[in-house]
Amino acid sequence: MSEQHKAILIQGARIIDPAHKRDEVGDVLVENGVIREIATSISRPEGSCRIIDAKGKVLTPGLIDLHCHVREPGFEYKETVATATASAAAGGFTSICCMPNTNPVNDNQSVTEFILEKAKTEGVVRVLPIGAITKGQKGQELAEIGELVKAGCVAISDDGLPVMNSQIMRQAMSYAKIFDVPVIDHCEDLNLTNNGVIFEGNVSTRLGLRGIPASSETVMVARDLSLAELTGARVHLAHISTAGSVHLIREAKRRGIVVTAETCPHYFSLTDEAVGCFNVNAKIKPPLAAERDRVEVLAGLADGTIDLIATDHAPHASDEKEQAMDCAPFGIIGLETALPLSLELVEKGVLTLPEVIQKLTSEPARVLGKDIGHLGIGGIADLTLIDLDVEWTVEAQEIISMSKNSPFIGRSMKGRVLSVIVGGKLIENPSLQKA
Amino acid sequence: MKITILSSDEMTRVLTRISHEILERNRGAKGIVIVGIQTGGVYLAQRLARRIEKIEGTLPPTGTLDITLYRDDLAGRHAYPELKKTDLPFDMNGKKVVLVDDVLFTGRTIRAAMDSLIDLGRPKEIQLAVLVDRGHRELPIRADYVGKNLPTAFHEKVDVLLEEAGAEDLVILNRIQNPDK
Amino acid sequence: MSSLKRNDILALSEMDREEIDLILQTAESFREVSTREIKKVPALRGKTVVNLFFEPSTRTRTSFELAGKRLSADVINISSSGSSTAKGETLLDTARNIEAMSADFIIVRHASSGVPHFLARSLQSAVINAGDGANEHPSQGLLDLFTIKENKGTLEGLKVVIVGDILHGRVAHSDIHGLKKYGADIHLVGPPTLIPSGIEQWGVKVHYHLDQALSGADVIILLRLQLERQGGGYFPTLREYSQLYGLNRRRLALASSDVLVMHPGPINRGVEVTSEVADGLSSVILQQVSNGVAVRMALLFLLSGGKHV
Repeated sequence: MSEQHKAILIQGARIIDPAHKRDEVGDVLVENGVIREIATSISRPEGSCRIIDAKGKVLTPGLIDLHCHVREPGFEYKETVATATASAAAGGFTSICCMPNTNPVNDNQSVTEFILEKAKTEGVVRVLPIGAITKGQKGQELAEIGELVKAGCVAISDDGLPVMNSQIMRQAMSYAKIFDVPVIDHCEDLNLTNNGVIFEGNVSTRLGLRGIPASSETVMVARDLSLAELTGARVHLAHISTAGSVHLIREAKRRGIVVTAETCPHYFSLTDEAVGCFNVNAKIKPPLAAERDRVEVLAGLADGTIDLIATDHAPHASDEKEQAMDCAPFGIIGLETALPLSLELVEKGVLTLPEVIQKLTSEPARVLGKDIGHLGIGGIADLTLIDLDVEWTVEAQEIISMSKNSPFIGRSMKGRVLSVIVGGKLIENPSLQKA
Repeated sequence: MKITILSSDEMTRVLTRISHEILERNRGAKGIVIVGIQTGGVYLAQRLARRIEKIEGTLPPTGTLDITLYRDDLAGRHAYPELKKTDLPFDMNGKKVVLVDDVLFTGRTIRAAMDSLIDLGRPKEIQLAVLVDRGHRELPIRADYVGKNLPTAFHEKVDVLLEEAGAEDLVILNRIQNPDK
Repeated sequence: MSSLKRNDILALSEMDREEIDLILQTAESFREVSTREIKKVPALRGKTVVNLFFEPSTRTRTSFELAGKRLSADVINISSSGSSTAKGETLLDTARNIEAMSADFIIVRHASSGVPHFLARSLQSAVINAGDGANEHPSQGLLDLFTIKENKGTLEGLKVVIVGDILHGRVAHSDIHGLKKYGADIHLVGPPTLIPSGIEQWGVKVHYHLDQALSGADVIILLRLQLERQGGGYFPTLREYSQLYGLNRRRLALASSDVLVMHPGPINRGVEVTSEVADGLSSVILQQVSNGVAVRMALLFLLSGGKHV
């Protein structure tokens, strides 16, 4: 699956590097884990060199997923560092940021170190842990954010158990400024969610399922925008799904509040209609919303209100998902479908191809403040090679993730990752070999 | 090939004869009730009752019986026959019930009808009147009153058409080559 | 048409008028069976009906049990209010075990919407939804249609007022889907906290005041109020609820003079309806119960041909 060469020469690719505003056909030479040269034509270097003919293909910086769930430690039956990173490689991601809702929760440096150690020994791509805001994600006492950052956490978040107490959230944002890490919030008012299962609207009424109102998200977006203004912290809003939230963020940015926001491919590809007749693989938080929300998310992507695209890859075992809608856990996998679904935005005229790549590379890198996600000479050689034209269908048995909980199974896609290079190491797409 | 077995006139004569036979055997109309099996026997039962009234001056009570729920071939069927009405507007206990059907074939319908009647009450006696007996019995059942004995092949079809159902009174045999041969 | 287009009865929303007509017609025949001295026919001899109830129920379970027994099926009741989950057995495992014992019919009630659909997708047995969460209760909806038709002669063009907890009201959902197919004029009445969002799109009218909805009503369907809703912030007290939405003699007089008063039971007397009205001449509440057996016999009979492929 992967091989180590002293050098890799990729020839004739369309090189798209949004950070350097590059979009041209040429060659890229990778040597000793770094990008040595980018030019119209590079001659073969001395010694062992892997040549990749990439004519007609697209070469981009390695994709970065700011939001996923690796499940290790604690839920290794859903996913592990090894399987999540393999799934990431299949989807073109060379760095993934993993949320802290493991067991134990990643709220102290020993868990962070464990994850990083696993990533080093078993991981296929980079793993960037996100630490908890509060101890045990309980929303009460701040976690040792300094220790977490020192151990290697790149951001903090309580993710799916968002901090309900606004005073604690204010303190967390203020305190995080010491370490200059982003505070990522999963915007949800749990009281308004009130054990809801899917989006409150026609589908929830039709199926008699308890609805989650759009306000559950927008109320917290409004709070976080206000706190971002108050504290001046680097606030990042996760998986934005509703029209109301897009309006609020757009307005806040216009007023000069420093905030960033992400959405996920399912929020611009699907609506609550995907729940159909009790499809548990369409049960997600935030819930798939109405068509007008989807349209506004697209508008937010187009005008930059939404800075980037993340996956919220949330694997669950089939026996957990195969049960009553009320009881099944929230979440779907997404690493392997994020790129082709994002590429649909180009076909639909929402974004240009470089803009799509930007939202999957340099934008998440900017939020993290990391020197990745671009093709700089002498920089880390993380790259993704894409065939834009190949058409394929998502098949459960070809999914690399340990879990298969995807609403996109059976859907046809256009564009697929051929291989990724992580720190100079070439990894062929494992699902192509499985197919 | 369609062969006429009973014409309209012949049917009238046959029903009149059966009416006389019923009266003769039961020594009058007293204690008789006439029950038509859904759907082919219902109109015939009414005709027999009216003829008996003409002869005797009293109209015997009539009823209808749907035997669907008593069929022995319900399990495994994929399309269910429509449930029709069972309507026996009299007390059957101690009565002589004349069951009426159009065609007597394997005898399974009559078995079902008898089981159904016995669940519904305790008649003194059950007699059977049929317009056509086409043979091929699979159960030890025989009719007390037969309009016409008709030798047929098992796969052939006998159609009884009645005015009440919007047709001309007619009994037709569809002579068909055995599809299995 | 003499057979259904489906192997399971999950929801009235997915059935067409022709199918519902067939069920009501068939139920008509079965009502006669219930008046016989020997209330039993051999149609389902040798078939097994399993009542799989994950939520307590007396009325519906008994009704299905009687329906099965009057058709000569063997009927087994399994009440499993959450206990199987406590044992670590998944819902699907529970159902598969029952199916492995060759159950021909699984009648399922569950507090979660969609459980019968989920079981129907995974099992060979015919599944009948006996109430799933706040979704549907199709056999109740059918017996309500049957009772209205029996008394009014038709379902078409009637003004039907449904009162109470529409949000959690699976009976209301099935009633609305059924009645809509016959062009009834449906009015929903309840506090806004108990009216689901966007239900107007089903072609019904929503009222917050009972008096305003009752004028000329041909049928009033009262929904059972789950008393625990009182704590859920949906309304302050039962006292205030019954003042706003309880049916009493004064309100009944606003409706058409031959109005039918219906209730799926069990009644909270003095909350949804006064005893005077519940036991009065307009009430067909007990007729609903006896019709329930006939309708459920019809469902079992029409599904008994096995799964059509």
